Amino acid sequence: MKFIDEFRDGDLARGLAVAIGHAARDDRSYSFMEFCGGHTHAIARYGVSDLLPRSVRLIHGPGCPVCVLPIGRIDMAIRLVLDAGVTLCSYGDPMRVPASGGLSLIKAKARLGRDGGSPASGGQIRMIYSPADALAVAQRHPDRQVVFFAIGFETTTPPTAVLIKQAQALGLRNFSVLCCHVLTPSAIASILESPEVRRWGTLPLDGFIGPAHVSTIIGTRPYEFFAEEYRKPVVIAGFEPLDVMQAILMLIKQVNTGRAVVENEFSRAVTRDGNRKAQQLVSEVFELRRSFAWRGLGELPYSALRMRREFAAFDAERRFATDYQAVDDHPACECGAVLRGVKRPQDCRIFGNVCTPENPVGSCMVSSEGACAAHYSFGRFTDVVAVTERAAAAAIDPAVVS
Amino acid sequence: MRKGYVRPLDLRHGVVDLTHGSGGRAMAQLIEELFARRLGNAYLGQGNDGAVLPMPPGRLVMSTDGHVVSPLFFPGGDIGCLSINGTINDVAVLGATPLYLAAGFILEEGFPLADLARLVDSMARAAGEAGVPVVTGDTKVVQKGAGDGVYITTTGVGVVADGEEFSGDRALPGDQIILSGSIGEHGMAIMAQREGLGFAAPIVSDTAALHRLIAAMRASGAAIRTLRDPTRGGVATTLNEIARQSAVGMMLQEAALPVQPEVAAACEFLGLDPLYVANEGKLLAIVAAEDAERLLTAMRAHPLGQRAALIGSVHGDEHHFVQMSTAFGGRRIVDWLTGEQLPRIC
Repeated sequence: MKFIDEFRDGDLARGLAVAIGHAARDDRSYSFMEFCGGHTHAIARYGVSDLLPRSVRLIHGPGCPVCVLPIGRIDMAIRLVLDAGVTLCSYGDPMRVPASGGLSLIKAKARLGRDGGSPASGGQIRMIYSPADALAVAQRHPDRQVVFFAIGFETTTPPTAVLIKQAQALGLRNFSVLCCHVLTPSAIASILESPEVRRWGTLPLDGFIGPAHVSTIIGTRPYEFFAEEYRKPVVIAGFEPLDVMQAILMLIKQVNTGRAVVENEFSRAVTRDGNRKAQQLVSEVFELRRSFAWRGLGELPYSALRMRREFAAFDAERRFATDYQAVDDHPACECGAVLRGVKRPQDCRIFGNVCTPENPVGSCMVSSEGACAAHYSFGRFTDVVAVTERAAAAAIDPAVVS
Repeated sequence: MRKGYVRPLDLRHGVVDLTHGSGGRAMAQLIEELFARRLGNAYLGQGNDGAVLPMPPGRLVMSTDGHVVSPLFFPGGDIGCLSINGTINDVAVLGATPLYLAAGFILEEGFPLADLARLVDSMARAAGEAGVPVVTGDTKVVQKGAGDGVYITTTGVGVVADGEEFSGDRALPGDQIILSGSIGEHGMAIMAQREGLGFAAPIVSDTAALHRLIAAMRASGAAIRTLRDPTRGGVATTLNEIARQSAVGMMLQEAALPVQPEVAAACEFLGLDPLYVANEGKLLAIVAAEDAERLLTAMRAHPLGQRAALIGSVHGDEHHFVQMSTAFGGRRIVDWLTGEQLPRIC
């Protein structure tokens, strides 16, 4: 595949691995946080860590939209279905996130009556692939209240803004959005301000692999503050495995020379100013929330968006007068610490035994971008060193394979 | 009144109604004019509720499979031929010669008879080409809204000679893993149609009956331990099943996996991994290392095995991990499929 295979080339990867090996100093270690779940997924899926020297440690960050949704937000979505009787349209991943009372959207859906409808309230849950599908459902069923469960960072916010403007232009009275859009810079600030990084130094953090898709929208400028204020290098990188390796090399070079600036490895898609048109669209429809609860990071000021007053008619929270109620995570679940980079997935007591992708307890085990799911699905063999070595010894010679 | 005259079924504009499942004259007419006429053979012609069949010596193999694919018609096939080929393959991968099929239909009220006739034609063609007759069947009609057009369940019977043992629990450390051809085509043909993805050359389902390829493989004399068709859940899930059954680990070479460029592109676009996408005309074989080349040669000589490839090997591993050496140069687990990647694919 043109423009894809070039970024997954094994020969180039080996060349980069050698360059990283040369650049990394023997007398120190390097800890870099890849903020995005997209990077976490690529690292695990292509086995990037296997190509890195031992001195380079990658820490998974909180940039997985499904993972940072607190239980209370899923509860809100379920209440809209069960109590207000709406038709809730959701992407696939949020459907499996555990909510209160042993429910999740997918479990709530299974308990609804025939054709996915609740006998008591008439509520329905539908899985969609694109936000446009939600609008189409609303148009096809003018008798039903249709709510789009909008989640995600800055990448998915502009499409939601378009959707709301379209609904307004169409004069739809049966369509609204449960807005859970969150902001990347707030999460980075929260990690840099955390006591583990700032006060105790228990989370060594030498730099960030910055978001790919998010940065196409917001540009590289918002990260300049972090580089300057906290003296942490940031390299914006694409989601392909070679992008990640190139970014690691760039970060090591910055650390070695004592620099802390924002560099852009993903220059084929990201500019300093980002996508102005998308930013304009977002600011037309959305405004900052005073505060928003994140799983793992807690209440963060000005870290999420809600609809402006002009679009209040399309705001499900206002239309159905539903409030966020905080719910504690499962006591044994370490998603919070994993999301802050303080713990690795395999450090959690219930990882891989009680909590698995089939039966997730915490949100990080749900999405393939979640740190726990990525490690479980692609990398858990590394937890069993002996097995790995035996497997390597038994691996067939690639030259024999036709 | 003409004696014995019954107005023929309107196969152009008619639809299935509840009387077609009532057990009365309408049902008899549907069976006679639509099913028996197309699928006709001496056993079906017995007209009983079941078929009395001759059986060659050997042990009996039996398998059953329900088909609920949506859409019913897709590039390269339809639910009709899919239901024939799928069950033939399930019988054949156990080393058996498939002999007979049974078919059960659940029809939804309002389903066009023209579409039903097309599907039964397709079944007849597939069964005819495979040389495995449909010897008995059943039809039920459910009310509108309680089904989705048509569901077809097929059951297959075959015989396997004494001494032939193909089973998922026989893989041994050192064995090699062979795949009969490129992966992911059936699943992506369905998904591309559902998602309205247009390609210059559309992705075509690989649905095919594999029993003759398997016969050629058996004739090669290679020590085959396990055969399995990687349908739902794809190659990844099937290998995990075998690894667990045999209590072994596996190591795949990503660079050796045959994937057509259109399939790779569609998977990329939809965020899917071809290793987890369903196939309907492919098989995985676990074979003793010393016989791998011989088996590959035999497979490549058959039209359905031309792109057969050695994709990995079996080793001892108490955790039963299926791992893969990535083309990128790293290593990762190829895990069981989690959740439902593609609902209603077969």
